[in-house]
Amino acid sequence: MAADSALLLSLVEEYVSGLQDSKAKDTATAVKNGEFTVLQLVEALGLSLTSSQPHTRARGVQLLSEVLHECYGGLTEKEVEVLLVFYENRLKDHHVITPPVLQGLRALTKCTVLPPGSAVSMLRSLFQDVHVQSLMLTERAYVYNMLINLMAIREAELKGLGADFVFGFVQSMDGERDPRNLLLAFQIAKGIVLRGYDLGKFTEELFEVTSCYFPIDFSPPPNDPHGITREELILTLRDVLTGTPGFAEFLLPLIVEKLDSDVQSAKLDSLQTLTACVSQYEHKDLAEFLEGLWASLRREVFQTSSEKIESAGLAAVTAITSCLSRSVLNSDSEDSLNTFLELVLKDCKHHLCEPDLKLVWPSAKLLQAACSASFRASCVITAAIMPSLIEQYTNRAQCSQRRTLLEVVQKFLQSVKTCQTSESEDSVFVAFRPSLCSMVFSALTETNSSLQVTACSVLTSLAQQPGLLLDSDIELAVDHLTRLLLTEQDHTVSVAVVECAGALAELHPAAFISNFIPRLKTEMFSEPIDQDNNRAESEQLSHHAVRQRCLSALAAVSIKPSVVQESTPVLLQVLSAAHTGGFSVEEVVLACRSLQRIAEQVPDSEETGRCFHDVIIPRLLSLALQAALQGEDGNRSPLLEEAVLSSMVPIISTSCSRLQPTLALQTASRAVSLFLDGDVSFLPDNSFPSNIQLLKQHSWTQSQMVCLLVGCVCSLPRSMEVPRVDELLSALEEMSCSVLHPLSYTSAAKCLSGLLNKKPHGDSLDSRIHSTMKRVCSELDSSSSSVHTQAFTLMIWVAKALLLRYHPLFTTLTDKRFFSENSAKLVQGFNAAPQEKKPNFLKALSNIVNKLPKQVQLTELPALLSLLLEALSCPDLGVQLSTLSCLQPVLVDPPPSLIQQLEALIGRLLALTGSPDMEVRISSLRCIHAVSQFPEHEILPVRARVLRALARPLDDRKRLVRREAVHARNDW
Amino acid sequence: MSGGTTLENANPVIFQRSGERLLADTDADEDVHDPIDDREIFDILSINDPEHPLSLEELNVLEQVRVKVNDAESSVDVQFTPTIPHCSMATLIGLSIKVKLLRSLPERFKIDVSITPGTHASEEAVNKQLADKERVAAALENSSLLEVVNQCLTNKST
Repeated sequence: MAADSALLLSLVEEYVSGLQDSKAKDTATAVKNGEFTVLQLVEALGLSLTSSQPHTRARGVQLLSEVLHECYGGLTEKEVEVLLVFYENRLKDHHVITPPVLQGLRALTKCTVLPPGSAVSMLRSLFQDVHVQSLMLTERAYVYNMLINLMAIREAELKGLGADFVFGFVQSMDGERDPRNLLLAFQIAKGIVLRGYDLGKFTEELFEVTSCYFPIDFSPPPNDPHGITREELILTLRDVLTGTPGFAEFLLPLIVEKLDSDVQSAKLDSLQTLTACVSQYEHKDLAEFLEGLWASLRREVFQTSSEKIESAGLAAVTAITSCLSRSVLNSDSEDSLNTFLELVLKDCKHHLCEPDLKLVWPSAKLLQAACSASFRASCVITAAIMPSLIEQYTNRAQCSQRRTLLEVVQKFLQSVKTCQTSESEDSVFVAFRPSLCSMVFSALTETNSSLQVTACSVLTSLAQQPGLLLDSDIELAVDHLTRLLLTEQDHTVSVAVVECAGALAELHPAAFISNFIPRLKTEMFSEPIDQDNNRAESEQLSHHAVRQRCLSALAAVSIKPSVVQESTPVLLQVLSAAHTGGFSVEEVVLACRSLQRIAEQVPDSEETGRCFHDVIIPRLLSLALQAALQGEDGNRSPLLEEAVLSSMVPIISTSCSRLQPTLALQTASRAVSLFLDGDVSFLPDNSFPSNIQLLKQHSWTQSQMVCLLVGCVCSLPRSMEVPRVDELLSALEEMSCSVLHPLSYTSAAKCLSGLLNKKPHGDSLDSRIHSTMKRVCSELDSSSSSVHTQAFTLMIWVAKALLLRYHPLFTTLTDKRFFSENSAKLVQGFNAAPQEKKPNFLKALSNIVNKLPKQVQLTELPALLSLLLEALSCPDLGVQLSTLSCLQPVLVDPPPSLIQQLEALIGRLLALTGSPDMEVRISSLRCIHAVSQFPEHEILPVRARVLRALARPLDDRKRLVRREAVHARNDW
Repeated sequence: MSGGTTLENANPVIFQRSGERLLADTDADEDVHDPIDDREIFDILSINDPEHPLSLEELNVLEQVRVKVNDAESSVDVQFTPTIPHCSMATLIGLSIKVKLLRSLPERFKIDVSITPGTHASEEAVNKQLADKERVAAALENSSLLEVVNQCLTNKST
């Protein structure tokens, strides 16, 4: 013990008189380890704490504070009490002692065993004895941290202090300048405001002391070490200012004043603060400032140059309106919502009626912002605005003006949509339904295409208003849409019509089932008239265009299952009519696309699943089979074309992967038995022969059907097991190595690899891969085999299947492994090869390097550099290009080995700028440009030479080359 | 550029940049010879104003109509418009334009840079300086001046 106290004394001595700061750490560690207690430390400090020299006393207190900072967790309540009394007393001492005292007090505020009442006494003496703003930066931070700590653990006690606490805080932060401390001070203020401390008569003082920083204009110093951002300060200050309605009477005039500022960021901040604060306020807080606020907001939106400010201003209008709508009125107060909306209407409404429609958009936006805030607001505004808009529309004859008016109407429809709360509420537009409808329908009959497009989207918005349109309106709308679809040539119009039809069909399927689809069907199947006179060709063309539009419209309207039930038979009918030559290949492909789109967009339900798996897929297979059996003699069915078959595949695969897994499994097993056994029992129109063997066919028309099998089995969800998979694999392997028709063997290989990809790990997979590879190798090895291509295709697909089984991350690794295994061989091969074969090696090498990720390139490059430089001087254009493109990214961040070879590199690159191929010239100039960013001292020796050489490409005959040359030369 | 000194024209009118040059089909065709045209020179001249962080195009100092080039006769004539009639940077802007063109055009070209008539107080004096080959060469010997010019010419993107 005696030894211990001697040690302690020496530590204290060295710290206090020896000024060795590190001893504080040692002492703290010793206290933490239990070698001495804090009490012993205080005793050992005795002399220094009572010294007559203030600096010695300060040093002593500092040691104690440093130790407490480390070990506050182990103090008992009694110890804390004693220490507090000591520290509070020291606050009255000489000013050099204040900093360590504050440090110690901060450490004590972190104690959980702080005795009751101590927080209050601590703060009283702090506020009484210390003038915070005359302290240094870090000491001020101690004070703020103390307050934050105490507010976290002793909230009730501090609230007991009442307004004195707020006053004390206001005094301490008044005049703070450092952003780091400001952030702390704002946090305290935010706590005071949000957690309901009693502000008493100091509300205005607290507001003044924080709001003087508004709007924050602070840009952190470059390479900012403290990580304080402007945004952080802005947001914390905003939380303070908007935290309580008590600030309203001070904040709102301040915002109005700051909105006059010329600084964009100040305006933006003010608007955002306004939006944030009114969400806390009630109408009585706002009432007297409405006029001033509105004047400023109107000015900002009318005259703004920046979109950000405009949208912030509109958001503020919405926020104010919704605040006013929310408030509960007293019997004696006037309705300030009406007052505000009257202001808005007074200033905006007349702009909608000006003859030149100037300022129509800003006014409309302001009105819509108010409109979208609440149901009540939207009622008031639409009642005031709609009649005049509708009247305007009828009075104006110019299409562009009518279009503007329609667009304004649409924006109103949309803005009202966002505030409708309950379904039962009637749309605010009910009163205007007849005139709105007649307006839209008249626009649809105009000849101006942009007017028609706008009318379509207005119609969509109208339909989305719950309960607005009557059934008769919908029918009329469908009539108009059908007419436009069938007659209008303009592409943009038909796109808009199709989109509108899709939106309407989702809401009102009945009208589309009874009217739209039948008419489209009739139109598509009607033969174009006048086939034999001169106009035939253009007639055919337009008939083709009509069919195209009908097909895409059928897909667009098919979202509801009831519509799908009606539209898909029409599409299937198109496919079967194609047999007999009624439709072109292109139209058949479009029909398939439409079916695919429907499969992608319908909801996954039992009903739609049955529709696809029980009707559409069997029908597709049956149609394809019919075409295949007809053979290629006579007039060939479009369904034999590869384009048609490959557009059927996605229909099948989408429905198998998306709709009803159990039904998909059924489809897969049906397809398997069709392809393996020739089981045609599930196909409609069953008049097929019984001896079909699709997988053992040498007639290409039948063998290519295997691509449909890919769709059936390969898109099943992984959880579903494909039936009879081994049989299928053997048949596919045999097929892919024997047939001669490209689509057939590629599809067979795809199907095989798809199945392998799904097969679970295990022996059966391994043995299957082995046998397939054996087959491939034997075909490739035998020089007499006629199916080299087929075997190679199979190998590529199987390799891909296996590669995809592994995690995508592995692909980088594989690239790398592939590279490291092969690059050495290639280098060797290059060195050994006769002159005329060298380019081939370089080509292989530069292509491999090109595919490598940059990370790998950088590590591998030094070894290959000389070879790549060699490749640059190789006469083959392809090699030059691929080498240049792999060099360029490397040059941006050059490895040292590259810099060493600078001479050789520059020489070769400059030579390539005279290449006959412009791509090579451009890439080599880009490389030279990249080299200009090399370290200054390295490139200085070659600068003059490069500049001279670059003068020539400046006069290149191609502009693109000259552009690169200009960039490169200027940077050199 | 906000290093304490006040800007002479702190709030200039900003003009919209013309978009990127659209690629014509012939641009990729090896056999077609593209002549150097006005737009190409104009694109070369996307120089920064020494006073503003904006390009000369955005300040309307340079307009495409005031750039004339004749590829066959190897001559370029560029007129620029200072933002204000007393702009002290006019000579520097002109010098920058000249240097940029000297560096970017084949040697065969004769390059004339001048102020748009009637837009600057000391128009003649500046034009004379810019036309004087020896003064331009001498100015570029001055390393501090060269640095400012280079600073103007460094692309914003790099």
